[in-house]
Amino acid sequence: MSDQSTPGLPDYLPLLFQGVPITLEATFAATALLVISGFVFGLGRWSKNALIRWPAGFVVEVLRGSSAIAQLFWAFYVLPYLGITLEPFTAGIVVLGLNGGAYFSEVVRAAFASVPRGQTEAAVALSLSPWFRLRRIILPQALPIMVPPFGNALIDMLKFTALLSLVTIQELAYRADAIRSVLADAGPVYSLTLLIYFAISLTFSLLIQVLERLVNRWAGRSSTVDARGGPRSSVPRWAFRSW
Amino acid sequence: MPPDKPISDGTVIPDDALLAMHDVTMQYGARTVIDSIRLSVKAREKLAIIGPSGSGKTTILRLAMGLERPTAGFIRIDGQYMWHAERNGTLVTSGEQQARRARRAVGMVFQQFNLFPHMSALQNVTEPLVHVLRVNKQEAYDRATDLLSRVGLATHLDHRPAQLSGGQQQRVAIARSLALRPKLMLFDEVTSALDPELVGEVLNVIRDLAHTTSMAMMIVTHEITFAADIADRVIVFDHGRVVEEGAPEIVLRHPQSPRTQQFLKAILER
Amino acid sequence: MNFQWDWGFALQTLPTLFQGLIFTLEATFFGSALAFALGLIWALARLADVPVASQIVRLWVEFVRGTPLLIQLYFLFFIFPSYGVTLPALETGMIGLGIYYSAYASEVYRAGIEGVPQGQWEASLALGLPLRRVWGRIVLPQAMRFAIPVFGTYVISMFKESAILSTISVLELMGQANIISAETARYVEPLSMAALIFLCISYPASRLVRLLEARTGAS
Repeated sequence: MSDQSTPGLPDYLPLLFQGVPITLEATFAATALLVISGFVFGLGRWSKNALIRWPAGFVVEVLRGSSAIAQLFWAFYVLPYLGITLEPFTAGIVVLGLNGGAYFSEVVRAAFASVPRGQTEAAVALSLSPWFRLRRIILPQALPIMVPPFGNALIDMLKFTALLSLVTIQELAYRADAIRSVLADAGPVYSLTLLIYFAISLTFSLLIQVLERLVNRWAGRSSTVDARGGPRSSVPRWAFRSW
Repeated sequence: MPPDKPISDGTVIPDDALLAMHDVTMQYGARTVIDSIRLSVKAREKLAIIGPSGSGKTTILRLAMGLERPTAGFIRIDGQYMWHAERNGTLVTSGEQQARRARRAVGMVFQQFNLFPHMSALQNVTEPLVHVLRVNKQEAYDRATDLLSRVGLATHLDHRPAQLSGGQQQRVAIARSLALRPKLMLFDEVTSALDPELVGEVLNVIRDLAHTTSMAMMIVTHEITFAADIADRVIVFDHGRVVEEGAPEIVLRHPQSPRTQQFLKAILER
Repeated sequence: MNFQWDWGFALQTLPTLFQGLIFTLEATFFGSALAFALGLIWALARLADVPVASQIVRLWVEFVRGTPLLIQLYFLFFIFPSYGVTLPALETGMIGLGIYYSAYASEVYRAGIEGVPQGQWEASLALGLPLRRVWGRIVLPQAMRFAIPVFGTYVISMFKESAILSTISVLELMGQANIISAETARYVEPLSMAALIFLCISYPASRLVRLLEARTGAS
C-alpha cells in the first residue's frame, strides 16, 4: 500500500516562506540600528575632540574585535546573568545592529573626512551656522559616497540574520534547518533557501541602485552610476591570447 | 590660393621603405581618426610629425608600433606585414603572432614613460634584454649599464622610477627601448608631460641618438625648433590626414597649407 | 540577579579554549589559502571575457556573496556524505570558508588588475615581452600591491567568522566555549573568555594590517 501522505518539501514550503517576512523585518530593523550607530560612532571618531574620539574608537574596536556570532551567543547567554533580559529578537537586532554599525562607522568617518576642509572653512567664513553647514554643505557631499557601502552593509545584514537561527529566532535559516531535519534530505531545502536569499539580495541591489540615483540627485550631482556601458577594461584583449 | 587638399593621394611608397602605411584607416565606431593615409619612412630617416591635438598623430605612432589594428589598409615594417600574411601571392589577415614578429623592429617611447614602477632603472632595461633577446644575466647587466650611461644615468642604476625626476624617467624609458636595437624608434610627445626645465635633457638625448645611431625615427612633438633641427622630413597632420609634407625649412618656415600656417602661428605665439 | 565572576573557573577554561583556538587558526589558514587561490581563478575567468564561462563565473560569484555563509556551510556539511565524500567537519568548514571568501577575493583581484595602468600593458607589448612575463612580473605584482592589504583584512575577518564552524560541530574556539558552557551550565566565563581571545588576536592583527596598508600605499 503506497503511502501518499509522506510529506515532502512542497508540503513544507509555506512554512519555509513564512520565514521571509521575519528575515526581512530583522534585516531592516538591524540595518536601521546600523545606520544610527554607524553615524554616532563615525561622527564620534571624526570629531576633533579626543574625549569623544577615544571612547568611540574603543567601542568600535571591541565590537569589531570578535565576530557577530560570538557576540550573539554572548548577548543571548551572558546578558541575562548580568541582569539584562531581552527578548531574543531584540537582543539579536541590537547585536547585529551595533556590530554592523561599528563597521559602518568607518564608512561614515571616511565619507566625512573626504569632504575637502575648504568647504567647512568657506562656510565658516560666510558665517553659516554649524547646523546649516552640516546639513547643506557637508552632508550632500558625504552622503553619496556612503550609499554603495551601505548597499553592501544591507546585503551583509541579510546574510547575518541567518545567524539569528542559532538563538531560537524562527527566520528563514531556522525553518530551513528544521525542515531539513524532518525530511532528512538537505539538498533540496538548502538549495531553495539559498535561492530565496539570492533573490532577496538581488532585489536589494536593485533598490540600492535606485537609492544611489535619488541621493545623487538630492545632493545635486549627476549620477555616478552608469547603467549601461561600463568603463572599458584596462586589461587588453591580447592579455589572454596564446596563454 | 589652391584648395587645401590632402597630399596623401597618389603618394608613392618607395619599395625600400622601412615603414610603409598603405591606405591605412583607423575608425573608432563612427569616428574616423585616420583617413586613408599613405606614409613611409626610409631607413635612417628622421621624420617629425606635428599638428593639433586630436589630429591623429599619436594614433599613427600607435599603428606603427602595432598597438592598434587599423580598420583598413596595411602596414609593413622591415619587410614584414604587421597584420597580414602572404599566402599564394595574396594578402590574408593574420593575428597577434604575426604582429609580434613585426613589432621587433620598432621601439616606442611614451608620453607617460610607462616605466615598471616596482623595478629599478637597471631592471627596467634588463627586462627586455633577458626576456626578449634572451641575453644572459651578466651580459644584460653590462648592456643595460652601458645604455643607461649613454643617457646620462650611470649613477642612478638602482633608483626606482619614483625616486627619479620626470626627465630622468623618460631617459630610462629611452634606454629601455634602445635595448632591443630597433630599426625604427617612435617618440610620442615624449616631453609634453615634463616640467619645462627637464625638457632639454631629454631632447639632448634624442638629438644624440639622431646623430650617432642608424635608427629611423618618427617624432611626434610640439617642440617645433627641435623638429626643425633634427628632422629630415616634416609631416603636418590634421583631422586624420596629411596636410603638408616636406623638408623642415619649407614646412616650418614657409608652409604652403593654410592649416599649417594657422597651427604654427598658434603654437609659436604663446 | 546576583552574578559572581569566577576567575578560577575562567582561567580553567583557557587550556580547552586554546585547543579550540588551534583549530580556529588552522581553519583560517587553509580557508584563506583556498580563498586566494580560487579567487584568482574567478577573477581571471571574468577578465578574459570568455563568452559563456565569464558570465557563469560572474553569476556564481554574486551568488556566493549574496547568500549566507551559514547556509552554504550546512549545505556542504550535509551534502558531502550523500555523495560519498566523507570529510571531517573541520575540513568541510575550511572548504566552505574558502569558497565563500574566494568570491570576495575575486573582486579584489579584479580591482587590482584593472587598476594597473594601461600604459604598463602597452610598454610590455611594445617591448615584446612574453605574455607569461607580462602577467607574472609586470601586472600581477602591481595588482598585489593593492590586493594584499585588503586580503589582510579578509584573513582577520575569516578568523573571526570561523566561529561559525561551531554550527557544524567543529570544536574550534567558539565550539569549545559552547561545550564548556553546556557541560558546566556556566555561560558567562567561557563565552567572555572566548570573546576576549578573539579580541586579543584580531585587534593587534588589524593594527598590523593598517600599518601594511600605509606602507604599500606610500611606497
